[in-house]
Amino acid sequence: MKFGVVVFPGSNCDRDMQQSLQNDLGKEVIMLWHKDKDLSMFTTEDCIILPGGFSFGDYLRCGAIARFSPMMQSVIDFANKGGKVLGVCNGFQVLCEAGLLPGTLLQNESQQFVCKNVHLKTNDNEVLTIPIAHGEGRYYASDELLDELQENGQVIFTYCNESGSEDDFCNPNGACRYIAGIRNKAGNVFGMMPHPERATSSLLNNTDGIKVFSILGLN
Amino acid sequence: MTYHVQIKVMPLKDLLDPQGKAVHGGLHNLGLNNIEDVRVGKHITLNINAASEQEAKNAAEDACKKLLANPVMEFYEIEMIN
Repeated sequence: MKFGVVVFPGSNCDRDMQQSLQNDLGKEVIMLWHKDKDLSMFTTEDCIILPGGFSFGDYLRCGAIARFSPMMQSVIDFANKGGKVLGVCNGFQVLCEAGLLPGTLLQNESQQFVCKNVHLKTNDNEVLTIPIAHGEGRYYASDELLDELQENGQVIFTYCNESGSEDDFCNPNGACRYIAGIRNKAGNVFGMMPHPERATSSLLNNTDGIKVFSILGLN
Repeated sequence: MTYHVQIKVMPLKDLLDPQGKAVHGGLHNLGLNNIEDVRVGKHITLNINAASEQEAKNAAEDACKKLLANPVMEFYEIEMIN
């Protein structure tokens, strides 16, 4: 399984993602400039990653302008053909703007940029510790859509406390129903606000990010 | 002919607007306690070269739908100036 990491002007987690995948997970990684559009070296078994950062300075809305980059048109086609796509942080925002994932990400309820470790609950009720770093990470969708996401098992990670339950303090941004990450209905497009690539090395004292890639079927 | 268009993009009414909330707090700190609510949006101006006002309006509508506003969180109003 090969990985492509898209680099937009303003991406700042692209190298972290590359290092993590290459050095910690032993994957082949190809960096993809947003103005290119060739994805012919990838098959639908491979995965394209949209990294974190501030693509196009977060102008207008986070991810709104990146969505129209030439490479994004190819990524949308790739996803529609069944190829795997993961968006982390700003990448998640781009996927929502591109319509590959439902809902949107709004400014944090606290009005603050939040950068810290949080606990995430998986669908198997495992609790992981993964860092977040964002100002606009409050997942929002209509109640009907949220019901649908939960019924279809499309919510892949929720914020929780250390013991895996929800309380008043474990939701770092005010996300609807504690949602930290979702997938599309077909199960090949994933978006999450937390940064698994920052937690794949024992040198960084946290390897829970490796579990995230495994849960998504990317490792 | 060039048509001048003003576009107002605002957060949907039932959505929490943290920026508006922060500004509201600031206005209270200034002693402006009679301000009950603040919401912050965007004001965008476009100059559109079009054959008719309707064509310009359609172009503005297209721009709003495709890029300038996200209907999941915002609504927009288009105003033709000339």
